Amino acid sequence: MDSILFLIFAAISVVCGVNLVLQKHPISSALSLVGVMGSLAVLYLLLGGEFIAMAQLIVYAGAIMVLFIFVIMLQNAGGETRGKKRLWASYAGAPMIAAIIGIGAYLIQHAVPHTAEVTFGAFQHGNPFDIGTSLFENYVLPFEITSILILIAIVGAIVLARKEIE
Amino acid sequence: MPQLPAVINGPAPLSWYLILSAVLFALGVAGFLFRRNIITVFMSIELMLNAVNLSFIAFSYKLGRNDGHIFSFFVMVVAAAEAAVGLAIILTVFKNRQTLEIDEVSSLKN
Repeated sequence: MDSILFLIFAAISVVCGVNLVLQKHPISSALSLVGVMGSLAVLYLLLGGEFIAMAQLIVYAGAIMVLFIFVIMLQNAGGETRGKKRLWASYAGAPMIAAIIGIGAYLIQHAVPHTAEVTFGAFQHGNPFDIGTSLFENYVLPFEITSILILIAIVGAIVLARKEIE
Repeated sequence: MPQLPAVINGPAPLSWYLILSAVLFALGVAGFLFRRNIITVFMSIELMLNAVNLSFIAFSYKLGRNDGHIFSFFVMVVAAAEAAVGLAIILTVFKNRQTLEIDEVSSLKN
């Protein structure tokens, strides 16, 4: 049963990823990215990461994508125009990507032991209690530094997007 | 219901998750290199970050510890901060130049 779920959602995420790269208009790419993030959340759930799956849905598919779509709509720019053709790039690009993926898959398949399997429910440390415990015990300093980083990001975004006062 | 073959019915190998992560990362790199709209390039970066998160969580499952979950949580936080600042930069670029083509924004080159 796990394999079927994995194959379904892996197929969805790969199709959405290819669609993201191929679409001309950024809003279609944004919707494909939402598809990738949603199916990845299901895969996190299969791997036992309950907290991180919900955080993926809320933070990534919710907040960050809304930000993207706001910016796309604010600019109201049309689809991408075709630039000057770079001949070798347009012909060699896709086969090279396929070759890189193939080599990577081969290496991973041979490096990971075949006995390593993923059964749903076998990993028990992904619930909010355990995540919170290790976040506030082992990773307190990175957590606090993260809060400063977000403060800097807020100030930076306001400074960049403000209107100049004449 | 007919008995499904064991490859489909059994648990998924860990390597499948890692291969999916590699595929998504390669797609992100392809989008980053081929697209010419700044926003699409930015979304390709987000796709790469997501692929790496999947790797973190798969290895976390294998090792039986939740440190990988914490790491991917931090990656999410950094991605949120990066998206806020990056999209503000994109807004400023569009306000000043009325274009989002990456090849048009080349004032550092000349």
